Amino acid sequence: MAEILLSEAEKAFIHHGDDLRCDGRTRLDYRPIILETGLVSNASGSSRLRLANSDVLVGVKVELASPLSEKPLEGRLEFFVDCSANATPEFEGRGGEDLANEICRFLQMSYMSGDTINLSELSVLAGQQCWVLYVDILILECGGNLYDTVSLAVKSALYTTQIPSIKVATMDGDQPELELSEDPYDTKRLNTQNVPCLVTLMKIGNHYLVDPTPEEECCSSSGVVVAVSGSKKITAVRKIGSGSLHPESLVSMLKTASEVGAVVNKILMKKLLEEETAGKTQKVGFMR
Amino acid sequence: MVDIRLASEVPLFDIVADSTEPKHLVTPGSLITKETGFMRGHGTYMQDDCLYASVAGVVERVNQLISVRPLKSRYHGEIGDVVIGRITEVSQKRWKLDTNARLDSVLLLQSVNLPGGELRRRSAEDELSMRQYLKEGDLVSAEVQNIFNDGALSLHTRSMKYGKLSQGCLVKVSPSLIRRQKTHFHNLPCGASIIMGNNGFVWICPTLHEDVAGGFVQNLETVPHADRQAISRLRNCVTALAQCKMMIYDTSIMHAYDASINAGFEIKDLLLPDKITEIALMVRKQFEMEKE
Repeated sequence: MAEILLSEAEKAFIHHGDDLRCDGRTRLDYRPIILETGLVSNASGSSRLRLANSDVLVGVKVELASPLSEKPLEGRLEFFVDCSANATPEFEGRGGEDLANEICRFLQMSYMSGDTINLSELSVLAGQQCWVLYVDILILECGGNLYDTVSLAVKSALYTTQIPSIKVATMDGDQPELELSEDPYDTKRLNTQNVPCLVTLMKIGNHYLVDPTPEEECCSSSGVVVAVSGSKKITAVRKIGSGSLHPESLVSMLKTASEVGAVVNKILMKKLLEEETAGKTQKVGFMR
Repeated sequence: MVDIRLASEVPLFDIVADSTEPKHLVTPGSLITKETGFMRGHGTYMQDDCLYASVAGVVERVNQLISVRPLKSRYHGEIGDVVIGRITEVSQKRWKLDTNARLDSVLLLQSVNLPGGELRRRSAEDELSMRQYLKEGDLVSAEVQNIFNDGALSLHTRSMKYGKLSQGCLVKVSPSLIRRQKTHFHNLPCGASIIMGNNGFVWICPTLHEDVAGGFVQNLETVPHADRQAISRLRNCVTALAQCKMMIYDTSIMHAYDASINAGFEIKDLLLPDKITEIALMVRKQFEMEKE
């Protein structure tokens, strides 16, 4: 995350905040989120999510490939994170690679549980062909709390992803023929109800905060990132920062994270449904 | 707890802007004039006897001088400006500060007041204990004393009102939104003080009392809750005014503060895009009423 300088007095001011942070939020409040899907026309699904100053663009492309030998009846998801050098000066050159790999690996881990997404929906021909979803994440601006922003954007992009429907034509000897539907609107969508959202909790003093700003991240020495699925289950946990955490505080942080994650999931699904039913409105895009 | 909006629901911030179009907006590379006989100022270049703009901004013409004032640029220092800077480096006999300008500003050791108020020549011991006065990350309020040849600003804190800043909240806005006033230090009636640096850094802190101002003492006691609320609300008001591109000075900040209290907005509500435009429109209306 971006390292900014703060004076001792500013850090003391942030530490002493008793459920009233510098911008008036309570410890469990998120900053305003602005969401838009369907921006990238040549991707099967896309979304752009802006959480205050953090801006993330996600594109999902679907391709046919052979499934893994140990999981012949399932498709798979492949994540790739690119920290653009425009996001923050630290990402210049190869500076953003470490962070990109971390986010990528943690996303992979949080989606591994069978509770999140039903990968058998992506299977086309058992053992031979399946859909692979390539999720490409581009971090355009870094304003603190990247994990949460990325996970919400990925969830929105997966919600709008349209997978072409495929029919298996008659077997021609040993080779089955796959027939792609002619109609571009004949697609199916994934059930993203249980797709996880990541919740970052940073520990400052004796309390922990949701959605830290870069200044608050600088004041804190430890935190956890928790992947919470739609059914309020925790699928992955990662500790960030160099400080230590007491086991009791870790347990209470996990509990808070699952509650916050459930609320975020619910509100996000509601908004995505609203956008879908609103139909074809004018795309706002990047021109604002 | 969580507020998610669709991009189509977010209001445009420039509904608060003047309906009159600014005269002659240009983008880099656009032609300003083909006539000769004009002197070219900042933000322009000459090619084949034609004058082109090199920055995006408004064309300004003073008699025969044509220049382009950019819409968004780094802070351009003038002598006598009050600035707020963050120490980035401690070097030999000087500190380097980040003031949102093109180059780091310089604060020379001989330009600061020594604790205790002594007036003497700085010794080698003073040089070695520079870090005890100001170290990396500290915020200082200072005045521009001089401008070096390369454009770097030389600052000084030779007055009790300048010096290291204590607890509070820093807001960064565009330098062009800060109006040049007689005084940049204001003790607002709501229980907080505000320092508006010409470089776009606005510092909001609990009310500064006359006897504790300046120097190198930092007060690390807990700030009372009511003061924290005032500071947070002011911070959100300043950010709201900056997003709607309104000029920031003590009157506009107080109008925004009063408008947010009268409308009954909670402090965290002022982060939402529609509340920001509402506040800006209310401040606008207040100014129009005052003019009559």
